[in-house]
Amino acid sequence: MSKTFRKGGGHPSDNKLSRADEVERMPLPQTVVIPLSQHIGAPATAVVAKGDRVKVGQLIGEAAGFVSSNVHSSVSGTVLSVDAVPDLGGVRRQAVTIKVEGDEWAEGIDLDGSLRRECTLSPAEIIDKVKEAGVVGMGGAQFPTHVKLSIPQGKRAEYLLINGAECEPYLTSDHRVMLERGEELLAGVKILAKALGVGKSYIGIENNKPDAVAHLRKLAAGDAEVEVIALRARYPQGGEKQLIDAVLGREVPSGGLPIDVGCVVQNVDTALAVYEAVQKNKPLVERVVTVTGKSVERHANLLVRIGTPLQAILDYCGGMPEDTGKVINGGPMMGKAVANLDSVVTKGTSGIVLMRDDEAERRKSGGACIKCAKCVRGCPMGLEPYYLFKLGVRGRLTEMEGYWAADCIECGLCSWVCPANLPLLDYIRLGKVEVMRIMRERKG
Amino acid sequence: MDKKLIVSPSPHVYSGESTRKIMRDILIALAPAFAVSWFFYGVSVLVVTAVSVMTCVLFEWLIQRFMLGGQNTIRDLSAVVTGVLLAFNLPSSVPLWMVAVGALAAIGIGKMAFGGLGRNPFNPALVGRVFLLLSFPVAMTSFPAPEAVADGFTGATPLMLAKEALMSGQPLSALMPEMSYGNLLLGANAGSIGEIAALALLLGFAYLLIRRVITWHIPVLILGTMAVFAGVLHGANPEIYASPLFHVLTGGAILGAVFMATDYSTSPMSTGGIIVYAVAIGAITMLIRVWGAYPEGISFAILIMNAMVPLLNKYMRPKKFGAIKRVA
Repeated sequence: MSKTFRKGGGHPSDNKLSRADEVERMPLPQTVVIPLSQHIGAPATAVVAKGDRVKVGQLIGEAAGFVSSNVHSSVSGTVLSVDAVPDLGGVRRQAVTIKVEGDEWAEGIDLDGSLRRECTLSPAEIIDKVKEAGVVGMGGAQFPTHVKLSIPQGKRAEYLLINGAECEPYLTSDHRVMLERGEELLAGVKILAKALGVGKSYIGIENNKPDAVAHLRKLAAGDAEVEVIALRARYPQGGEKQLIDAVLGREVPSGGLPIDVGCVVQNVDTALAVYEAVQKNKPLVERVVTVTGKSVERHANLLVRIGTPLQAILDYCGGMPEDTGKVINGGPMMGKAVANLDSVVTKGTSGIVLMRDDEAERRKSGGACIKCAKCVRGCPMGLEPYYLFKLGVRGRLTEMEGYWAADCIECGLCSWVCPANLPLLDYIRLGKVEVMRIMRERKG
Repeated sequence: MDKKLIVSPSPHVYSGESTRKIMRDILIALAPAFAVSWFFYGVSVLVVTAVSVMTCVLFEWLIQRFMLGGQNTIRDLSAVVTGVLLAFNLPSSVPLWMVAVGALAAIGIGKMAFGGLGRNPFNPALVGRVFLLLSFPVAMTSFPAPEAVADGFTGATPLMLAKEALMSGQPLSALMPEMSYGNLLLGANAGSIGEIAALALLLGFAYLLIRRVITWHIPVLILGTMAVFAGVLHGANPEIYASPLFHVLTGGAILGAVFMATDYSTSPMSTGGIIVYAVAIGAITMLIRVWGAYPEGISFAILIMNAMVPLLNKYMRPKKFGAIKRVA
């Protein structure tokens, strides 16, 4: 029996349509729009101006503080503007627009595909290079990786966990990376382990990807410090807390971080980006993006430059189908619906999922809660979604603290499972914002 | 691009579950017991069930239309389920007007008075049954002998005979010379429409488990508690105390444990609450069967524990992830 997490969970239909599509390099778009905030923390400060010539990998935004991240140009060409541009939700944020001219890479970036496993750098030097290269969590959260690698005083990392669960339906980018770039990925894992000073790393992969499990096991054979763990496919296994529970049986305390139980979790793409940053001097300027959907003419896993507009990607994949009702940045369980196809691929974009009209419509709420308790049994955090919903509908948001609204990981299983089609998570989110505000105020 | 895209918060996919599908599954799970009962009692089973379903749906529609207002809910099939379950709790010989009275009590008092589906504290079908039992005790406790078996039990149900053993001190074997577990399993005994066919009900239980409509906890814990309770007494004096298997297979034990106690709105939300609820139902059922005034007690046991559900939901909340020592 494969391992899995203990509390709640469910299994939305896989729909991994693009699982067998080999990663292909997408041709360069005409322009890219590179947001200066593609990470949690302070937006980067622009270091280029309109009219400047830039090369691929050149720094264009400098991290503004510790919890921030560098941003590099993903193309060579001329800076058209440094201005506020609507993001995928329509909110204006600072971004650098670059007209693509040729494909000239900055000095010092090793584009030779050869594998470089040996790393003689010290942990501090590794973290510096990761910071320099603007690596952030590529599973979606976009948390600056160098911050995660800097263990706070008094804590100690025992284990590195690599998240290859890819529990979101439809998405296959991690799957392809594990299959096609396994060696580099494992080298990245070793570098991360060295930076953290941990002796043991686990790569957790759901057993709906048996080829990836087998492949990485074969590559890691003989290395006692890296172990591939097959996990029973269950959503939301890729959640940090769920992955730690599944692999090690440790429970991250409420309000705590993985490091509180001696763990650091990194996504497989992030591990690959760390390899490229440290061994190849290559900043994070491109990533694999799954483009999929039931009506998409040509679903694919594309290696795409950061800042490529979604429209350009859809055009490359045969255009947006007539019956498209919704475009999702990320997976269908936790991804964000896109308001604007001029918005771009960022460091955290693992996929673009197109939902047909009939799938995109929100289902009409079916009236009353029938107290079936499916949301309670499904909640991976052990919360009571039905009750939080009730409090939310009645506007009693402050009371939601006592029902642990702040611990909700917004995985969406409650809304997914509800037979009465109640928008449970919508109301829990409302309460979560309010509860977190109250908790911050209390802290002072 | 001219077409407008829908923008809504995640999740963007759904499981496809619906209240109607769940109710349909419950009806499918009840079908085998219905078929067996029809076989043993004849067409009256169909007539009573049909009247019960039709009156339940009619009363729900009328109350919704003229009193409660709001969206019409008869399409969710929950009134049909209540109708079938009410019929299953009645003798096949019950007068039809009585069925309609029971339906009015079930839907009117048991369900709609509280606001309808999901808001009722008591199982509606059991409210209907108990209303009839208290109002018309004779009609509700006279059972025809199954037509299909010439030498089956006569009017008395196995539990009535067991009660008599307890009251009079006569040995069970003298009162029930022809009692066989095979008959109890197959349904060849006297009882309410839906309670006689133990095996068919268990088939329905299996279906509900496979379809994940319910979990095993409530039925298994109720029947397990009853078996343990009966086992202790039977071990002490097998002459007058019936065996655990007898208690589990007779009366409304399986019907109640599988189909009535598991009613969503009237059972607890957390596993802890469910354990307390189910064990208490099993124990109260046995207390009534052995020492109470009625031969069967599961209806009362379920209704009593229904009343405790809000309390259980409040104090027996699920165990939260990470609810260990908070980090400073």
